[in-house]
This record gives sequence, structure tokens and C-alpha cells, in this order.
Amino acid sequence: MSYKNYLGTIVAGVVLSVSANLHADEYLIDTKGAHAFIQFKISHLGYSWLLGRFNEFGGSFSYDEKNPSASKVVVTINTASIDSNHAERDKHLRGEDFLEVKKYPEAKFVSTSYEEKVDGKGTLKGDFTLRGVTRPIVIDVRQVGAGSDPWGGFRRGFEGTTRIALKDYNIDYDLGPASKELELQLHIEGIRQ
Amino acid sequence: MIAIKSEPDRYGVPALILHWLMALLVAALFPLGLYMTSLDYYHPWYQLGPWWHKSFGLLVLVLLVIRMVWRGINMNPRPLSAHRPWEVSLSLFVHRLFYLLLFFTCISGYLISTADGRSIEFFTWFEVPALISGIERQEDVAGDVHFVLAVSIIMLTALHIAGALKHHFIDRDETLKRIFGLVAKEKRRV
Repeated sequence: MSYKNYLGTIVAGVVLSVSANLHADEYLIDTKGAHAFIQFKISHLGYSWLLGRFNEFGGSFSYDEKNPSASKVVVTINTASIDSNHAERDKHLRGEDFLEVKKYPEAKFVSTSYEEKVDGKGTLKGDFTLRGVTRPIVIDVRQVGAGSDPWGGFRRGFEGTTRIALKDYNIDYDLGPASKELELQLHIEGIRQ
Repeated sequence: MIAIKSEPDRYGVPALILHWLMALLVAALFPLGLYMTSLDYYHPWYQLGPWWHKSFGLLVLVLLVIRMVWRGINMNPRPLSAHRPWEVSLSLFVHRLFYLLLFFTCISGYLISTADGRSIEFFTWFEVPALISGIERQEDVAGDVHFVLAVSIIMLTALHIAGALKHHFIDRDETLKRIFGLVAKEKRRV
């Protein structure tokens, strides 16, 4: 390979990778302004629903409108920040019967693939780590919207739901037959960096 | 003949009742606390256990305050003359430590349940409102403190009982009898 061709290859490579990066924008999840929520919903005795959330988490995602399947998401959750609006219950949930937060202070989701359909709905697959157990999960995703915000930034938002079985993450405390699984509801807004 | 007020060589009836009622409550509350936190969700005592624990725990706090007031306006029987100085200062230290531990165990327990601003029921009579709430992870910190203090009370109780038995069976003095209100006059050693 001649020197000229070699240089040309490098330039072409740089241009290609830059253009790829230009489209796959990086978004920081807006936890600072609290425009993102990680909630859970679990049956209480089969008679009603109990809702709660994690107050402290963080993460980012990349998204390319021309190539959505290249999107990536990483979210880290502080398990001790669980909040079900009842201090005694939260204390129990942080303890050994449930999240054992002293031993497992962090839960984490790392995406492995994303498929988006034309209607903005998609399927996000990834590995979810909770209580030291990592298992693949599938999140049903819908893109809510994207565009400029009134303060000079650019935002993009998704919502997603998935179900996890408590037993899969070694939570054996018996809450009854209707409460073996919970629904995770994710409402994520990212600010483009 | 019973005495209301304590005298130099014997406890009055209120002092005796306060001592034994609190002893009974402590002896019941500690295992109840361990039991109620180990129950599964469907156990009939899952909600009842904490309810009794909180009501009786608050009762300990009330009795402790009454005891302090009673001690303040009343004389405390003086140590038996047979007691050596180190025994007198050790027992004084243990008693003061008891009061401190009991006080802060009650307060820390109260701070668990009121961490989110909820009040505590005192039996079915009335509710005690939350005074301090919303401290970062208040229920967890208060819970850890509550457990350590409660265990300390039980360990101190073991020392307290060991001391009482030593006085009764080894020193063969009136210490243990006095807290049952059994002796009117101290038999002084010659």
C-alpha cells in the first residue's frame, strides 16, 4: 500500500467513524431534574396494587434515528433508595428478606440488543443484575418523543415495562401466590450531550 | 406494713412495682422484637406483634420517666453497709447505664416507626405523633441503633442478675431480698 493510499484509508476511516458517532447521539438520563422514574408495581394479596420506586439511579443511552438497533442503554440503581412511601416497609425491603442492600447496594441493567418497529415501539433486551444475580430480561419499549427543550437542549424519552419473578433473583420471602412477580415501569428522559 | 416512700434501708412499693414491671416488659419486649421481625407475611401476628411491641415500648418510656421523677422526689435506699466501695460504684454505674439504654432504646424504636411522619398508636387509646422524621435513611439507622441497644440491655441484665445472685448466694446479704420488699431492716454485719 502506497503512503497516499494509506493516508486516504485513515481519512476515510476517521470520516466514517465520525459520521457514525454523529448519528448515534449520547444521552444522559435526566436524574438531576428528576425527569426519569424507575417504578415497580406488585400485587398486594391479589386484592390491590402496591407501587414504589427507586429514588437514586443514573445512566445513559445512545440512540441513532437512522440506526435504532445500534442503541445502547446502561442504568445503575442504588437499591437502598427504594421508596414505597412507608418507612417500616422500606426498612423491610432493604433487609435480608428482600434486597439485602448492605450486601448488594447496586442493581444494574446493561442492554444487549434493541429492535425498533416503525410505530416507535421496540424490544430492548439486556442483562439485569439484582441481589447479585444477573439474568437476561426483555423490556417492551415505546419511544414517547424527542425534540428541543425550551432551555436550549435536546431531549428524548422512552417508556418501558418488564416483569421479573422475585425467585429469579433469590428473593424467597413469601408474599402470596399473586405476588411472585412484579412489574418494572421505566420512564426515562435523556438529555443529548 | 408497707411503705409508699422509700426509706434508707428499704424500697417503697412504687419503686418495687416500677422495677418489676419494667423488668417484665423488657423481658417480654426483647423476644417479641426478635419474633415479630422473623414472621412470614401471612402470620396472624405479622401486624399484631409490632403493634403490641410499640405500645408496650412506649409504656416503658412512660414508666422510665415516672421512675426518674419518683427517684428525684424520693430518697433511694442507701447501699448495704456490707457492700464494698467498688460494688457500690459498679451498681451505681450499671443502674445509670440501664436508664440511659432504656431511654435511647425507646427513642430509637420510636424513630423507626415515625421516620416517614406516621404516628404510633399507644394501645387503642391515642396516637403519639412523629416529632423527628425525614432524616436520610432514618428507619435503617434507628433500626440498627435500636437492635444494638436492646442487645446491650439484655447483656447488662445478665450482669445485673449475676450481681444479685452473687449477693444472695455468695455474700449472703439482703440485696436480693430488698428488691422483693422482703426485709424491713438491714441486718448489719458485726
